[in-house]
Amino acid sequence: MHTTFRLNGKVVSVDSDPTRTLLDWLREDRGLTGTKEGCNEGDCGACSVIVTDDDGARTLNACILFLPQLAGKAVRTVEGIAAPDGTLHPVQQAMVDHHGSQCGFCTPGFIVAMAAAHLKGRTDHDDQLAGNLCRCTGYAPIVRAAQAAESAPVPAHMHDTPVDAPAPFAPATEDALADWYAAHPNGTLIAGATDVGLWVTKQFRDLGDVAFLNRCTDLQTITETDDTFYIGAGVTMTRVLDAIGDHYPSYGQMIGRYGSVQVRNAATIGGNIANGSPIGDNPPALIALGATLHLRCGDTRRHMPLQDFFLSYGKQDRAPGEFVTGISIPKGRVNHRVYKISKRFDQDISAVCGAFDLDITDGTVTAARIAFGGMAGTPLRASTVEAALTGQPWTAQTIAAALPAFAQDYQPLSDMRASAAYRLQTAQNLLRRYHADLSGAAHDVRMVSA
Amino acid sequence: MSVAKPLPHDSGQLHVTGGARYIDDIPTPADALHLAFGLSGIARGRITDMDLSDVRTAPGVHAVLTADDLPSACDVSPSNHDEPLLSDGTVHYAGQPLFLVVADSHGAARRAATRARVTYDAQDPILTVEQALAADSRFEDGPRIWTKGDIGRALDAAPHRITGRIDMGGQEHFYLEGQAALALPQEGGDMVVHSSTQHPTEIQHKVAEALHLPMHAVRVEVRRMGGGFGGKESQGNALAVACAVVAAHMQRPARMRYDRDDDMIITGKRHDFRIDYDAGFDGSGRLLGVDFTHYARCGWAMDLSLPVADRAMLHADNAYLLAACRITSHRLKTNTQSATAFRGFGGPQGLLGIERVMDHAAHVLGLDPVAVRRINYYRAMNAVGGGPSAPRPAAPPESISGKMMHADIASRGSQTVADDRHAVDAGHVNTTPYGMTVADFILHDMTDRLLTTSDYAARRTAIAAWNADQPLMKRGIAFSPVKFGISFTLTHLNQAGALVHVYQDGSIHLNHGGTEMGQGLFQKVAQVAASRFGVDPSMIKITATDTGKVPNTSATAASSGADLNGMAVANACDTIRDRIAACLAEFHQVAPDTVRFGDGQVQVAGDTMSFEKAVTTAYQNRVSLSATGFYKTPDLAWDRIAGQGRPFFYFAQGAAVTEVVIDTLTGENRILRTDVLHDAGTSLNPALDIGQIEGGYVQGAGWLTMEELVWDDRGVLKTHAPSTYKIPGCGDRPRIFNVDLWDQPNPAATIYRSKAVGEPPFMLGVSAYLALSDACAACGPHWPDLQAPATAEAVLAAIARATG
Repeated sequence: MHTTFRLNGKVVSVDSDPTRTLLDWLREDRGLTGTKEGCNEGDCGACSVIVTDDDGARTLNACILFLPQLAGKAVRTVEGIAAPDGTLHPVQQAMVDHHGSQCGFCTPGFIVAMAAAHLKGRTDHDDQLAGNLCRCTGYAPIVRAAQAAESAPVPAHMHDTPVDAPAPFAPATEDALADWYAAHPNGTLIAGATDVGLWVTKQFRDLGDVAFLNRCTDLQTITETDDTFYIGAGVTMTRVLDAIGDHYPSYGQMIGRYGSVQVRNAATIGGNIANGSPIGDNPPALIALGATLHLRCGDTRRHMPLQDFFLSYGKQDRAPGEFVTGISIPKGRVNHRVYKISKRFDQDISAVCGAFDLDITDGTVTAARIAFGGMAGTPLRASTVEAALTGQPWTAQTIAAALPAFAQDYQPLSDMRASAAYRLQTAQNLLRRYHADLSGAAHDVRMVSA
Repeated sequence: MSVAKPLPHDSGQLHVTGGARYIDDIPTPADALHLAFGLSGIARGRITDMDLSDVRTAPGVHAVLTADDLPSACDVSPSNHDEPLLSDGTVHYAGQPLFLVVADSHGAARRAATRARVTYDAQDPILTVEQALAADSRFEDGPRIWTKGDIGRALDAAPHRITGRIDMGGQEHFYLEGQAALALPQEGGDMVVHSSTQHPTEIQHKVAEALHLPMHAVRVEVRRMGGGFGGKESQGNALAVACAVVAAHMQRPARMRYDRDDDMIITGKRHDFRIDYDAGFDGSGRLLGVDFTHYARCGWAMDLSLPVADRAMLHADNAYLLAACRITSHRLKTNTQSATAFRGFGGPQGLLGIERVMDHAAHVLGLDPVAVRRINYYRAMNAVGGGPSAPRPAAPPESISGKMMHADIASRGSQTVADDRHAVDAGHVNTTPYGMTVADFILHDMTDRLLTTSDYAARRTAIAAWNADQPLMKRGIAFSPVKFGISFTLTHLNQAGALVHVYQDGSIHLNHGGTEMGQGLFQKVAQVAASRFGVDPSMIKITATDTGKVPNTSATAASSGADLNGMAVANACDTIRDRIAACLAEFHQVAPDTVRFGDGQVQVAGDTMSFEKAVTTAYQNRVSLSATGFYKTPDLAWDRIAGQGRPFFYFAQGAAVTEVVIDTLTGENRILRTDVLHDAGTSLNPALDIGQIEGGYVQGAGWLTMEELVWDDRGVLKTHAPSTYKIPGCGDRPRIFNVDLWDQPNPAATIYRSKAVGEPPFMLGVSAYLALSDACAACGPHWPDLQAPATAEAVLAAIARATG
């Protein structure tokens, strides 16, 4: 099956296996070796490329990007960042001038990420570059370079346009997807491929029949009413952040640390929920909000509280051929907070992710929804803790009295991210942080400056 | 003169356009084979059966080799001949290569390698320091022990005594470019190898040994690495030997690169250390004696562990004059990856021991940690006469006997060349625990300046006041110095060669034995060459390191690259320059030393001509315009067994002040501000040197904060990808990051009086760890006993100890 897309301005058509990655194709078949493989799992950014479609330009990791996902899009690699006459892009010149490269191996990825941020006028460089690892420079000269290039005009050649091309393995509507999945219940659905990509690059799994979801625009809708956000399963985390970040700033800040720009540009909220990971960061936040999950199998639709979807480790309430279509999120929960604890602030999987949403009336807790990731085999509510708080005055004494209940709700494991004891203690302390947060006290090291 | 100019990295333009070529970017020859290792799943035992039938029949597989199929053991050790390329049936660690897949693509080889069915007779692995001690599993016959003074009496007489222990984790290099090699078979059995290596001569030696060829039949080339940090001093041997063996056997090009997970599972890392200490102080904070016991977890093979552990001992004093001390070093053999070189080469671990003692003493005595440090500093350079130690008579040439032909004499792991010539600076008041006079100590003045520019005292007071008002957040601030010894401790490695050609158009071809891994060595050395000829650096063509051009190179390691190769290149350039001068002088009937080279011009007897014209004239007069250059560091003598001598030519120094904040509920932390003052002598290139300092600091801080290696209780590494092993990201650099150069000439006669800068700044990251400890100490009255790495979890545990 051929995939047709634009590569550095020129239309190309590629015949490939559906799980051939863009990175392997660029390097092995196309001889474009500027794009580097640093980790082959989307964690280092050395393979960053800019992909443009009707929604605009975005940075993606080429190592976990399958060629059919590119049908009809435009791809720009590091080789296409300088102008056709060889004039360096402003970020390239700034990186040379500010000594932003040492060994140079991460540099192409940085250049691409910086050029994409420059194209979009973004100046939040720490966030824009959180998905690019550098081991040599300590980042300071790279950020200086990014700042120096901020005001330079965008070179004309950076404005890519998509192409009109058929999309292999890609149903065009939710209905078509439902039919396909009903007929291929053992098939693999691929949205952003930030997880499925690793099944191929690291686990060598044969995915069998595959369907790419990026053409199902009706799965990518965001609808806001007076009391609800509806977010389609195919909405990327970048768009989720844009949609709800202002309304739920704490959740938004957490999403800002979810993966990286490259990962958030690919990963979908439906994928993060459907894969059932106990350490996915959206489910605790959404469970605390009382979100409703929408599923579809053939023509049958189901709706359930999100918390009920997670049955046990690796097992969800999802029938063969059934897929997540979207999620409804109540608005107006002003006490909703999300706290993510990880070894590194950015682009790290949580050791513990806790979400809190209490109703407090006249100083008394009238309702409580608390959910954690990383504390059990599934994202899980702290029902005993909630019970210990409900009906009690919202005080330090109440919190102290409720802390032992955490051990009844959770018996976490020890692993490379944290010990069981740390997880339990931190979960307890996050309730104390929540109390400080609602009272307006400093509660986050990122709020402190020298 | 181009020296001292802040010129950009020589490959900057290629880096930013994607045009810089790394090993895996070299166009694949049409019939190239791709290799992958099959790895052990257990840490210790015997292989009872290895069924490779499914590997052999996997798509794209051409051959599968086991140890029995190799032409020899194909040892890949840089020291002890204890690393067969493929397991001989015994398994020493989880991740050890057992067999080699030869396939028609990288992906096919990796995929096939997972299809083996191996059964083992497993034994209980030795994983921890304690298990190794209990089993007496070690390298060398017992601990190395160096002493100075009467430690027993010093400790017994001390008014204050502290004991403690610090466990410090290892560190994954995480060079962004993984290990890679490409072997190209040549006519007559010769081999050309492209390798991502800091040590081309070592690759040449190991490939020649594996193929039973003389070294002249193997040529190794490396243009650049995508990061090294010590991780490519010996760890590339396996890939290069594997490629060469396959290429020779199948007479086809063979290439190999490790997938990131394989790289982290197979290769060695920084040694993790446990350091126990017992120290005595007087009430002013003066250290009267300290007894250190180092426990280095070396992994399964010797690799470079002995000199690493030696260098840890050599930096047990850091910047402090120790009246009495004992340093006991256990080099423990465990069933884990064979720990290897990593920026600092044991120095950071040894240094952290004494910095920890200083903080512990300050806490117990209630003194400012900076005051305790300063009172223990070595005496200043100007107080002990200044300059380097008086030059010694030139040492006699070392005899290298015939029996060493197959020894790794070009490796830091070499044990066959012992240097028993040592001279102790007896009776001197400013001597290290190993008997070397510290004659170039400048940290008094550097400390004064840094404390002023960082506003340390006022900030310390302000932080204490802030902390008193904050229930959940605590800030901490700390100062730490570094004094790092410069030279290979294996004395004969302190030599370098260069090859320079001047072409008839005046363009210059530059080559030397150093390798470029991002540190900017090539640009610095090109600046030296341009300065010697008085031409613009654009006249210089920097070329790939090549064992066929400059032989018998030492690893680009020990921060020595610019010191050694800069001198060798200057020597070669001067030879050619002097020949040109002599030719022109003869024409003009003047003395050769009146000929001047500068600004692209040559002046002779009032006449000025372009450099190109001068070169053309010399060529037409049949003057050789090609020369080799050579340099060996003077004044070195070292006996590592006795722990006595003068192992270093000079000391590079620096200091940092770091401020942090911690969250007392979670242990999360941030670096808020860092101020660095670092000594690069008269910098060859201040921009590149500041780059080394900034990068070294962040890497050092990463080692001691978020970078945590975790093995499970079966010895399987659980942190083998960037998803689980976290190096600092962009947002983790200090919010405020001020870096200044001291910029005073090196008293030692180095190239343009510069100082080595690769490793020393790494240890400035220690200040981040000490600042975290300071913040923990603000939570309660007790010693927080923070362990390393100071992950959020470790910080939370330290807070609990501080509060009691």
